[in-house]
Amino acid sequence: MAIRITAPLTREAARALRAGDSCLLSGKIYTARDAAHKRLCELIEKGEELPIDLADSVIYFVGPTPAKPGEAIGSAGPTTSYRMDAYSPRLISLGQTAMIGKGKRGPEVVRAMQEHGAVYFGAIGGCGALLSRCIKHAEIVAYEDLGAEAIRLLEVEDFPVVVVIDSEGNNLYESGRADYLASLDGGQA
Amino acid sequence: MRTIRAAEVTDAVRRLSIDANCHLTEDVKRRIADAYGQERWEGAREILGRIIENYEIADRESCPVCQDTGVACVFLKIGQDVHVEGNLEAAINEGVRQGYSEGYLRKSVVRDPLNRINTGDNTPAMIYYEIVEGDKLEITLAPKGFGSENMSRIAMLRPSDGVEGVKDFVVRAVEEAGPNPCPPIVVGVGIGGTFDKAAYLAKRALLRPLDEPNPDAYYRALEEELLERINALGIGPQGFGGRTTALAVNIEKMPTHIAGLPVAVNINCHVTRHKTEVL
Repeated sequence: MAIRITAPLTREAARALRAGDSCLLSGKIYTARDAAHKRLCELIEKGEELPIDLADSVIYFVGPTPAKPGEAIGSAGPTTSYRMDAYSPRLISLGQTAMIGKGKRGPEVVRAMQEHGAVYFGAIGGCGALLSRCIKHAEIVAYEDLGAEAIRLLEVEDFPVVVVIDSEGNNLYESGRADYLASLDGGQA
Repeated sequence: MRTIRAAEVTDAVRRLSIDANCHLTEDVKRRIADAYGQERWEGAREILGRIIENYEIADRESCPVCQDTGVACVFLKIGQDVHVEGNLEAAINEGVRQGYSEGYLRKSVVRDPLNRINTGDNTPAMIYYEIVEGDKLEITLAPKGFGSENMSRIAMLRPSDGVEGVKDFVVRAVEEAGPNPCPPIVVGVGIGGTFDKAAYLAKRALLRPLDEPNPDAYYRALEEELLERINALGIGPQGFGGRTTALAVNIEKMPTHIAGLPVAVNINCHVTRHKTEVL
């Protein structure tokens, strides 16, 4: 049974989630990937104001295809998250509570998640056509010159995600694989 | 000598860019559907079901299966009796430019690997030229996503490492990639040649239809064994656990030096895309 959650996501709500939980996310989330993360962190270094509000923010690592006329957005599945590992701890320390992507994260990200109370969600990679149906509205809020990599504010409805790493450091990539392999030993699968 | 106008090449590349990105080939769909039928781990089955739903939506609405519409890899087989009137490379890039614009596809190419400015039209294409007999021009366009490309590996093994060394290297590459390349994946393997040829073979191996057996019985058996070992890893769809880590292993090989055993692994995700036209 999927857990319904809303974005922005409070620290309390983020801390309540556990690796393996299936969630349906509704509300407002930002998009950002490599180039936008780099620019945000450069602004932070310089002590300048950010173009987005990081408090309780959910950032979706995605670079969508262009919207066709009459559509909110094109295909919009997750990109591989480890490329954001250099930047995520900084953003988490400044208020970000959730990331949506796919693939492994480094120990420095997991440490920041544990310290501040943040969660890492996985969305299904390679399912951009399906996931775009849960995105009702999209507008560029920063870095329009980056094209697909611009920061967008998305309004999502029942967007399906799975908790991959929770705020205690539990990891579905490890437990899911171990559970499956154990089921083979037990003759269940 | 047969003449083909450059504009015909542009038209073909434009059509192929859109078609390849919005419609998976039937062999890939069948392999995913078969995996769904064979998968017993509930969470894995659910993800495979979503993957099927996704490509069905893309087919119906002619929208990209995945938002990473890739760098356009263009494989040419140019008949030696063909004369292309005009600039072939420019014609291909113009086709990519038109296709990626008209098809609402993502522009994912930067002009320079270090000073990263997007070219804005997904050019240039990565072009692979092969001269063959005849008077036809065969164009295959394979959009290559980089989530999987980044997980690719190459090694210069010693001849004494033998087939066991090759197997271990391939399986280790897949295991280390884990959830990153969007499993279930297709594994392209190139064995032999030189450092660069092995990588090229691995990429070309991804073009072979998944239901077309390797013509060489020894390598067919090797592909089957590798697929079995990979699907025993338990990584599963999206890395959440399950049987279906890979849909297929495709191997290409060629002669090599007495001192070497190059092996390359080029990984593709379940959105394994390529379409061909013959002019």
